[in-house]
Amino acid sequence: MQLITVAGSPSVGKTSVILRSCEQLMRSGLRVGIAKFDSLSTSDDQLYRQRGIPVVTGLAGSLCPDHYFVSNVEECLAWGRRQGLDLLISESAGLCNRCSPHIEGVLAVCVVDALAGVHTPKKIGPMLRLADLVVITKGDIVSQVEREVFAYHVRLANPAARALFCNGITGQGALELAATLRAAPATPQLEGVRLRFPMPAAVCPYCVGETAIGETHQRGNVKKMRFADLATAEAP
Amino acid sequence: MSRFATTPIQQLLHSYPCVEEFIAAIGLATPSDGRPLQEWLTRLSDEELLDAGMERGQILNHVERLIAEVEAMADGAAEKVTHITLLGGHDKSGRPEALELTLRAGEVVCVVGPTGSGKSRLLADIECLAQGDTPTGRRVLINGEVPSDERRYGLDRKLVAQLSQNMNFVVDLSVREFITMHAHCRQVGDAETTAEQVIAYANRLTGEQFSPEVSVTQLSGGQTRALMIADAALLSASPVVLIDEIENAGVDRKRALELLVGGEKVVIISTHDPLLALRGDRRIVIRNGGIAAVLETSAAERYNLAQLEAVDAAVMTIRDQLRRGLRIEEAIRWPT
Repeated sequence: MQLITVAGSPSVGKTSVILRSCEQLMRSGLRVGIAKFDSLSTSDDQLYRQRGIPVVTGLAGSLCPDHYFVSNVEECLAWGRRQGLDLLISESAGLCNRCSPHIEGVLAVCVVDALAGVHTPKKIGPMLRLADLVVITKGDIVSQVEREVFAYHVRLANPAARALFCNGITGQGALELAATLRAAPATPQLEGVRLRFPMPAAVCPYCVGETAIGETHQRGNVKKMRFADLATAEAP
Repeated sequence: MSRFATTPIQQLLHSYPCVEEFIAAIGLATPSDGRPLQEWLTRLSDEELLDAGMERGQILNHVERLIAEVEAMADGAAEKVTHITLLGGHDKSGRPEALELTLRAGEVVCVVGPTGSGKSRLLADIECLAQGDTPTGRRVLINGEVPSDERRYGLDRKLVAQLSQNMNFVVDLSVREFITMHAHCRQVGDAETTAEQVIAYANRLTGEQFSPEVSVTQLSGGQTRALMIADAALLSASPVVLIDEIENAGVDRKRALELLVGGEKVVIISTHDPLLALRGDRRIVIRNGGIAAVLETSAAERYNLAQLEAVDAAVMTIRDQLRRGLRIEEAIRWPT
């Protein structure tokens, strides 16, 4: 079975892009399934089911969705095997731009949205910079100039990746995307396989339920801002 | 061993501004001394790397790919497309299009046919450089050859620029800042001067002049279209331009076509407008998803085009009078 990780900020059009490429993959006789990760709730599983695509949903709730994803991806792989899938696509929302869901040896896709502005590619971390394939959505509603500038910034943010435009509504670009997904390496198992980069760090008191504000409540992995005006005042 | 590991970092920053941009984008302080790249990486703390979101090897690799890409972009400008060839597939009923159509740089080809007949599909086939892998089974050759994967997927060296009707500006910049930004991305030597040229041309295409200081989001439909056409002709790297209709209002279509053709581009326009359709060198007729005919614009059609243009001019005069608050009560004199 082939595993593919698809990540991208909320509302960029991950589900539409996956649906359009699934249509192409299923047309060529492949059995495709989805592991859908989200934070609080999702109704995307219905969209997949309507099209006869097996789907399993995981809601991270109060946990970092990225950490939740990596703690469950092995079980998702086992589920995919029980379903007899040829391809399992994991779809996870990158909420903080510092997400890092991509795995060594597993085809990594990042979906970005041309509507988000031309400088967005610079602001996304490992989720974009360490992806193998960058899919740009909503290119049809911005000007040709912005499309070119956006593509240039994607290239600068990840010069090693292949990148393509995909229209989640008309399906333009889905054929090329499906062809790349079909060529993904097989993932026989994930035990001991590594993430491409560490996930965002956690474990400060607020991670485990602290609600009070103030320095006396802050222990563990706490990082403070630096203020230039204070730095000059403190200098001897 | 990496090509740049031992290069003093100041030298890299000086030769490749993109490297400095990248270091800033991952939130690391710009190095200010002359150490080699590898040594600078070694001295970064683990905490700095965690915040940056990349490991040392990944940063090194990234810098290398980045420089290679930027060098390739500079080279890519020299690649010329003299012609593209469309090899027929089949229509919606599966009937084959027995066709090999060559479109040359400097030529305007129009695409006509009823709504839903498959005009957009033809543009999409050209846009993705179809290789028998789209529903129509068509294939597209560049300079007579099958395009490489790099050509098909090399995003910023894209062959085809597409000017669609339903586009928006997302950025809030002045026209000058906007076009200058594009020129920078295109690695144009003197971005400011090029931007001035594009804006001046756009103003020659539109009936309503606009200032370089106005925000792009405030431009009218016609002004927007004029700006995008001037930009595609003068600044876009793409040798093929696909246009989905040029509206009647606010754009001098004759000049727009002359400008595009002068840029040695293949121009393909999907249109219902007789003035545009007859101004093309040829027109592709689409029926039931397939190419039903390719018609060369005849001498008689060119004569009729001149008549139509005179009628159009008369209508435009009336439109202008309306806009100025005048009454339209005089008998209209149509050209004969």
